[in-house]
Amino acid sequence: MSAPGTGFGDVLVVGGGISGIQAALDLATSGYKVFLVEQSPTIGGKMAQLDKTFPTNDCSMCIESPKFIECDRHPNIEILTYTEVETVTGQAGDFEVTLNRKPRYVKEDLCTGCTVCAEYCPIPIPDPFNQELSDNKAVHIYFSQAVPLVPYIDKRCSYLDDQKCSICESVCKNNAIDLRQKAEQQVVKVGAIVLSPGFGVFDPGLRGDYGYGKYPNVVTSLDFERLLCSTGPHEGEILRPSDKRHPQRIAWIHCVGSRQVQEGGHSYCSSVCCTYIQKQVILAKDHDADIEAVIFHNDIRAFGKDFERFYQRTTRLPGVDFIRSYVDVGREIPETKNVTIRYATDTDGVQEQEFDLVVLGVGLGPPAQVERLAEQFDIELDDHGFCRTNPRNPLETSRPGVFVSGAFQGPMDIPESVVTASGANALAGALLKSRRGMLDTERVYPEERDVTEEEVKVGVFACHCGANIGRVVDIPSLVDYAGGLEHVAHVEEGLFICSTDAAAGIAETIREKGLNRVVVAACTPRTHEPLFRDTLREGGINQYFFDMANIREHCSWVHSKQKEEATAKAKDIVRMSVARTVGLEPLDEFQLPMNKTSLVVGGGVAGMTSALGLAEQGFEVHLVEKEKNLGGMARRIRTTLDGLDVQEMLQDLVRRVYKHPLVHVSHEATVTDVSGYVGNFVTTLTSEGREKTIHHGVVILATGADEYRPTEHLYGADERVLTQLELEERIHDDDEALADADNLVMIQCVGCRQEGRDYCARVCCSQAIKNALALKKRRPELEITVLYRDMRTYGFKEDRYFEAADLGVRFLRWEPDGEPEVAATDSGLQVTVPDPVLGKRLELDADLVALAAAVIPSAGTPEVTRLFKVPLNPDGFFQEAHVKLRPVDFSADGIFMCGAGHYPKHLDETISQAYGAAGRAVTLLSHDTVTASGSVCEVAESDCVSCGACITACTYDAIHWRETPTGRKAEVNPALCKGDGLCCAKCPTDAIALKHFTNEEIFNQIDAALEDPWSAASKPEPTTEVGT
Amino acid sequence: MCTGRVDLSFVLRALQGGADGVIIGGCWPGECHYVTEGNYDALGNMYLCRKLLRHVGVAPERLRLEWISAAEGTRFAEIMSDFAGQLRDLGPLGEGENLDATDLKQRLAALVDLVPYLKLVEREKLRVPEKSEEAYKEFFENDATDRLMDELIGDKIAVSRILRLLADNPLSTGEISEQLGLAPADVSRHMNDSSRRSLVRYDSDRQCYALAQAGRPAAE
Repeated sequence: MSAPGTGFGDVLVVGGGISGIQAALDLATSGYKVFLVEQSPTIGGKMAQLDKTFPTNDCSMCIESPKFIECDRHPNIEILTYTEVETVTGQAGDFEVTLNRKPRYVKEDLCTGCTVCAEYCPIPIPDPFNQELSDNKAVHIYFSQAVPLVPYIDKRCSYLDDQKCSICESVCKNNAIDLRQKAEQQVVKVGAIVLSPGFGVFDPGLRGDYGYGKYPNVVTSLDFERLLCSTGPHEGEILRPSDKRHPQRIAWIHCVGSRQVQEGGHSYCSSVCCTYIQKQVILAKDHDADIEAVIFHNDIRAFGKDFERFYQRTTRLPGVDFIRSYVDVGREIPETKNVTIRYATDTDGVQEQEFDLVVLGVGLGPPAQVERLAEQFDIELDDHGFCRTNPRNPLETSRPGVFVSGAFQGPMDIPESVVTASGANALAGALLKSRRGMLDTERVYPEERDVTEEEVKVGVFACHCGANIGRVVDIPSLVDYAGGLEHVAHVEEGLFICSTDAAAGIAETIREKGLNRVVVAACTPRTHEPLFRDTLREGGINQYFFDMANIREHCSWVHSKQKEEATAKAKDIVRMSVARTVGLEPLDEFQLPMNKTSLVVGGGVAGMTSALGLAEQGFEVHLVEKEKNLGGMARRIRTTLDGLDVQEMLQDLVRRVYKHPLVHVSHEATVTDVSGYVGNFVTTLTSEGREKTIHHGVVILATGADEYRPTEHLYGADERVLTQLELEERIHDDDEALADADNLVMIQCVGCRQEGRDYCARVCCSQAIKNALALKKRRPELEITVLYRDMRTYGFKEDRYFEAADLGVRFLRWEPDGEPEVAATDSGLQVTVPDPVLGKRLELDADLVALAAAVIPSAGTPEVTRLFKVPLNPDGFFQEAHVKLRPVDFSADGIFMCGAGHYPKHLDETISQAYGAAGRAVTLLSHDTVTASGSVCEVAESDCVSCGACITACTYDAIHWRETPTGRKAEVNPALCKGDGLCCAKCPTDAIALKHFTNEEIFNQIDAALEDPWSAASKPEPTTEVGT
Repeated sequence: MCTGRVDLSFVLRALQGGADGVIIGGCWPGECHYVTEGNYDALGNMYLCRKLLRHVGVAPERLRLEWISAAEGTRFAEIMSDFAGQLRDLGPLGEGENLDATDLKQRLAALVDLVPYLKLVEREKLRVPEKSEEAYKEFFENDATDRLMDELIGDKIAVSRILRLLADNPLSTGEISEQLGLAPADVSRHMNDSSRRSLVRYDSDRQCYALAQAGRPAAE
């Protein structure tokens, strides 16, 4: 973080949740000076409060907190917490924003984060981070990983109340506490603003109809997240509020405050609750397998990537019961404080069940004080109080230069919040392209110490991870043990080693104690290795002198009931890690030149938008389309559900693409060959019969999707059976058959949500509603029946579903075991479907049948991804580097994705994601070089016997022959090597080695693993021979 | 680093160090996190290594390869518990095989000696035509491959073991055959062959074979 300075910057990001954090990081990395303003005492937002994230059940804080530190360390980001916006004047390119820095009564520049103040503070207050389910002190750090790691004093402090106590002031050795601190104003000048204020959580207490606030054992889903979490009120034990006992029967209620037309509720669907409830059920069952879970639900909206499988997984758990019913929270049983729920099913009528704990699946609303926000920024709100966005570009507000990312656009999940943040980078980047890099500050590291002549000195830092590790593994005993291992020169334990101060402490210790190897015994390198490597650089030693001993995922989380054995295993893991670090070598990361031209594959809306997103920021783009015309799937779509004229939008987009001097379009083009790597790709394609070679630094894959051609329901055999896309075309072409029809039956989920294509195609329910509405408005007498499994009109689309029902569209639900059947009769078509209420098959006459055919990956996708060597998921869609936090990155550097090739999505989502991909690409393109990993293969030429085994083994073409005086030898191009190490296992003479994972390093680890742990515990033996 | 990076020598190193079993966990086929599908290399290595273990009388089930994605914690736990149970049934390495510690050590050392040779051979003669689990299974679990393996390594392992045995003291053909459980005819053939290559010499006074040069035999 740069020192608070001049007040001159490029972009103001409002809101420090995951979306604001991502926006700040992408903008800052793209060469802009960012002010990141957050009203609470720390950045992190709602994501920091979640226990895990669906559908991968990654630990939420663990994946988010490295980004806090990244923000904190980024020289182009100035974080201003406990700060609110007062006024905004000026216009796009030249805003002046007055900020109000609220008094936290702790001086950030003097505080060391030692928390002595909190220790001595006598005033307990309900802890806001833990949803007030447990107490904290009036002065406290918001949570352990907070950035900045500085306490604040809550308004409920007794000094602030009536000047009674000032203990904290007297115990602070640094005089960092100032109880008389006043709010301060600060003026910043920026060119663009990104609004990422997030969402508000629906408060079920306001209306009081679920017993929330009245019955202690009724909690919200956000309360339950805290109960699940190991940093929560009971350290991860699920204890119910009334008597702190483990609940055995838990009910979840869906749609609390969502999909409700009554007063006080939201009419729209909150999009995330179905899946977060499934996550909570899975996690609750993980905590205690005997828990009985009952989920009272409406439609299950598992419309996102991998959500359907996640839902199936939940339904298969023993003791988990999904009941489709609206509910009433009945009464509280006075003796037990249990709560009853009344519900009704088709088969059994009205029922009542008793539960130990009831969890309300509360929905998402606009952020608090949204009207004030709208007024300050002079932006319009939509009917639901969220940000009104440009229908053609959901990242734009009504005010030029003010962009929006995250759930302020409308309910959305974490990946979408991240994608829109990257998208905001692309748009702000276009507006401010002339000043990119002008306020850029380079990060300065201390000079790297040459340790080759030094004796090996390993530092071991063991992390409690709050209670995550500490309550299972005996950390003090582990630290004692590690201290006795050979080569270990320093041991230390910490509550959260990944917190800002702990990481800074490691850097300090490296310097002070002259450490030259570091082992952090904590969590997974997947999320935290970059952070600690950076810490080693801060400490002045090579970043590859580092190893993570995973004693959480590999130990405490899996052996939570066997504490002694877990501690013994943690010692084994640490011993192996220490043995490995002894042989580690310093490695150089090298700089590769960055070619600033991009390639976009796929000329649909996604490809065109991302190409323009890049061009408008001043980067040259080659756009490659397989057809004669640009437009892709959108050419078949006439309107969106909200009534946007898609063809007009598309023509405008195509025009802009052709007009832009930096976009070069190739038609009828196929990629035939790809070589190179990030910064330096060479792609060959044939376009209109001619071969072209394009040199480019990054690539965006936007190869889109196709409509599945059904084999079901007489499609193809009877012309009265159409797909929804065909129906849409006919509606807008004023088709005759349609004008004469009396009955139309729509069948949903054709070709998906089934064995072999086990995903929801996301768009079909809205597509059906859109067509039904268009027809009903034109011909109210037309009978339309929609046969559905779950109507998945998520978000604001729900309003249109409601409208369709209001206009008389009939909705009938079917189950997978009672699929609709279509038969041709003399007079037309007949559709039969089981009626769950009447218990027999309903017969419906139909003049036309419309099938919601699945969306499948486009035919060209497998070949393109093969050429670029990037993976697909089991359904054939692009596989992201990280589902939540790197949603448009492939794991291969310099390759990004957008559009329906990633997963089926609506047009507005496609546009957001396309800008997101462009925003991510620019984080690379805005630099002259790119850094490549030092962990690559290398050949010891004298040992090479020229057998060529490594060359055949390498899929990346990274190994070639080189003529030498002693014959030809294998040679690795480190820029192409991805470090998989396959070649090493093939080399008969061990001439090729994967740096950082050499045979010696691995042998050290294996040998250390097999030492007798008990003898080692009492008297550590030399673990292994010291590597040279 | 990919599962395919797991070298034969890693597995043998663990067994030499006293591990009762080795498990390799890899990404599911078709879900490679690189694009290399190195998990098939791991699969081939597993089959190969199991054959080697069988050749020296070590239970091949002591090596196991399982596909476990990062999201399959439960599956991982189940597999590990199952494997632990399986190893308990097999008994400690060596004991379960009725091999004494020295013998076991020699047998494993004989395999380690062969690793470079195997890598060469694997590339030429053990290529599986197609990347599918069925194809790997069919290729490796088949009489023709077993015969090929016998030809390729059977003799080499036997000779390597005989030489390691003779390093301790000279023995007759009958004694060798008895101690190593090899057919007398095979031992004679190996002895004739090794005499021609001056690896051993026949001591006609004591009617037994001894190493041509005293000390440890050279690696084949």
